[in-house]
Amino acid sequence: MAINVQSAEAAVRESRLGAITGYNGTIKDLVSRASCCSLKNRERCFSQASACSSGCAQGYLSGIEDAAIVNHAPIGCAADSIYGNTANKWGESIRGWKHRNINFITTNMTEEDTVFGAVNKLREAVREAYMRFKPKAIFVTTSCVSGIIGEDIKSVLDELSDEIPVPLSPVFCEGFKSKVWASGFDAAFHAILTAIVKPPEVKTNKVNMINFRGGAKEAITAILARFELEPVFVAPFSTVEELSKMSESAATISICGTLGSYLGNGLEEQYGVPYVKSLQPHGTAGMDSWLRGLGKATGKENEVEEYIAEEKARITSELAVIREKLKGYKAVVGMGPSFGHNYIRVLQELGVEVVWGATWHFDQHYDHGTCPESSRKLSDSETDIPISVCDQQNFELLNLLNKLKPDLYISRHGGTAVWATKMGIASVMVADEYSAFGYQGLIDFGYRLIDAVTNRSLAKNLSARVKLPYTDWWLSQDGFSFLQEEVG
Amino acid sequence: MSQLVEQIRHVCALGALQSVLAIERAVPVLHAGPGCGQKLWGALGLDNGCQGSGYVGGHSVPSTNITEKEVIFGGDKKLRETIENALKVIDADLFVVLTGCTSDIVGDDVGEVVREFQDAGKPVVYAETGGFKGTNIYGHELVLEAIIDQYLKPSEEIEPGLVNIWSVVPFQDAFWTGNLKELEKLVSEIGLKPNVIFGPGRGLQALNKVPKAQFNLLVSPWVGVKNVQSLEEKFGTPYLHYPVLPIGPTETGKFLRTVGEYAGLDSKRIEEVINRHENEYFYYIERSADVLLETRLLPRRFITVADSFYTLGVSKFLINDMGLLPETQFITDDVSPEHQEKIEEEFKNFIDGISSEVVFTNDGGLAQETIRNIKFRGRPLILGSAWERVLAEDINGYQLSISMPLSDRLVLNRSYVGYEGALRLVEDIYSLVLQDFQ
Repeated sequence: MAINVQSAEAAVRESRLGAITGYNGTIKDLVSRASCCSLKNRERCFSQASACSSGCAQGYLSGIEDAAIVNHAPIGCAADSIYGNTANKWGESIRGWKHRNINFITTNMTEEDTVFGAVNKLREAVREAYMRFKPKAIFVTTSCVSGIIGEDIKSVLDELSDEIPVPLSPVFCEGFKSKVWASGFDAAFHAILTAIVKPPEVKTNKVNMINFRGGAKEAITAILARFELEPVFVAPFSTVEELSKMSESAATISICGTLGSYLGNGLEEQYGVPYVKSLQPHGTAGMDSWLRGLGKATGKENEVEEYIAEEKARITSELAVIREKLKGYKAVVGMGPSFGHNYIRVLQELGVEVVWGATWHFDQHYDHGTCPESSRKLSDSETDIPISVCDQQNFELLNLLNKLKPDLYISRHGGTAVWATKMGIASVMVADEYSAFGYQGLIDFGYRLIDAVTNRSLAKNLSARVKLPYTDWWLSQDGFSFLQEEVG
Repeated sequence: MSQLVEQIRHVCALGALQSVLAIERAVPVLHAGPGCGQKLWGALGLDNGCQGSGYVGGHSVPSTNITEKEVIFGGDKKLRETIENALKVIDADLFVVLTGCTSDIVGDDVGEVVREFQDAGKPVVYAETGGFKGTNIYGHELVLEAIIDQYLKPSEEIEPGLVNIWSVVPFQDAFWTGNLKELEKLVSEIGLKPNVIFGPGRGLQALNKVPKAQFNLLVSPWVGVKNVQSLEEKFGTPYLHYPVLPIGPTETGKFLRTVGEYAGLDSKRIEEVINRHENEYFYYIERSADVLLETRLLPRRFITVADSFYTLGVSKFLINDMGLLPETQFITDDVSPEHQEKIEEEFKNFIDGISSEVVFTNDGGLAQETIRNIKFRGRPLILGSAWERVLAEDINGYQLSISMPLSDRLVLNRSYVGYEGALRLVEDIYSLVLQDFQ
């Protein structure tokens, strides 16, 4: 399905990408059924708090240096702006930048507003955001309340565009519309694609690097420099001006397949900027595939092959040492689908046996129409791996960990590693998206795992003292007994 | 709170899920959107002194995760199913159903669903905490109201000396466990039996004792007045409302004398307790006085940008005990208008006729803009939240985070209450002054 820039909003992942949040099976079954479109979601009759689109949308957009966010919502929907501000400061620190607070205002909707509407408050808030922050663009993020009461945000912004001379864009990210919080990234990218990106004036040697906080900024700049390319880190820590020129770039690459699909394919469809549809650059196979994709898109195949050979030779002996040390360890992975299916491969490269992979959702296909490359790669390998999909449902995950009792639990997204630790399992949470980036990243990550299994005192002590919040009854059940039948 | 807000310092009514989690083995069950829980505990917990999920918080909190289907067809069925299974899956003693905006707008009959469980003898109560109804502080009061109305039972007997202590809002105040413990300690030292429901080792046992108390002690500028009034109506328990969080010798002495007098205790014992604490307190202050007085760096003027507990409590301490002078104080917890006048009065009532300007606003951007326009002589001390770190850098002030959000601090059992708490605050303030140039 092509990305529709004429539409005011991006369709949610359930309808656009066939995304599901409930599944229990194996990677081979998952991929084969996804490929023939016979996979349906399974709902749960019990659930725990997960996450929503608005968090992803406004968290991501608030990282743009000179943009402002107006959240048209009750004040609680802006709660994540505190994390946004904290994470933004971390990114500023690693860049040696002076700190700022993010530009974020909430319209603070009240009970009265739910009855009479609050478009006047929104109008005032947008004006105030322009006055306070002098931003180069203003994004208005929606909420469950603004969505349900039917606030006409687009008309308000159209009217205001006469008096405020910067792009004003709605970002439709109502929490109730999707169980897949990554739909919020698409909402953010849809706004960037439709309101910020301008048609190209020239073609450049730049590469759009879609990521989160850009922890490996220097390494990537150095790698791309070898191919006479220059990265533009999208979207946090970039400027509106930089984003507006993404159409001029030579290619788009992404650290995460889930994150990159919408913008990468959108730029390709609209402006012919090739999107590299490869494995993600975690570990050696991922980096090989990612760099080769980039080389092909930019005509730098030979330079890329030279670099790959050099780097692989450089890490061979160290990788062997690590594999020896990690031999025999068993791990469970719990991450978003792109990271999850890529990290299973990373762990295998490090000699760790992955006994289960849980992902927080699964896209049956990306915006370019094919099943995710990382999932296909896993399903092509000889061994089949047990796989489940849950929107971070801890009751399901802990039931599973309690039965599998792995040596390691590797996660991404806060809020699960702590529980595995309480069960006495050495846990590593991948907070930095560049944790196992490429060849050197694989080595660094390997040492991190070795550290994690070398001293497990915190996990052991906690598990000896702490009671889990689940009944014995639940822990003795089949962990997937609350998954209902597939529905269309 | 109808105006727009930049730099939030509280969240919405549903944030009261954290007040439920503050009661040992109580669990909130959210009838709300999929992201409400994560956003709220992030702001009140993780990014506020690194208060994590604990026993059953974070992604363990049961939630209906309302989708379009429930918005269109209603969410009663989904809620019933979620409560039913939460009772089977989660090992807890009290289940508190909290609604979010979506359910409150759509008009699910949550009361009816919960009553089915109550009629079956299950420990389930509910509060309608749709985010648009108010702040998490308002929500905290709603949760307590729900527990008072739907859970607590009248007691045949009153236990002499038993005092329920109600004060800071758990999680909103990152120092809540330490602060409540310190209040408990002080009250027990003068001969009363304190009963606090929030924090480790208390839980339903403490909650069940609430109706037996001789009186309720509310140590708060305004939060909780509604609850102690309800307890008086329902159980006939009288209450003492002490409006200042006691920090330092002047206010803590006053606090202990007021409580002692109200409870009819022997004043000699109270004076002994005060004297013992003051001796110890002044031992440390005397010892550090050289540095407090004889360096060129110390701030003379302070600003608080904090909730009413800290703006008032800290101002009293810094003015009445530490010899500092106030600039404007910004009160950020959306104090309801009927309580503002009384709080403002307190800011006119420091030693030697000193008074302070007060601004009630939950718009941090507005507060900071006002502060940027103040002409300071010397470097000011800014006691606020992590939002003030950039401001302090810009105006060359000393900054310490004491009020939500404290994303820049890890808080375990530290308290700023009483004599001990005052010493901690002095340590924290003057350590940052000394670290600033080294």
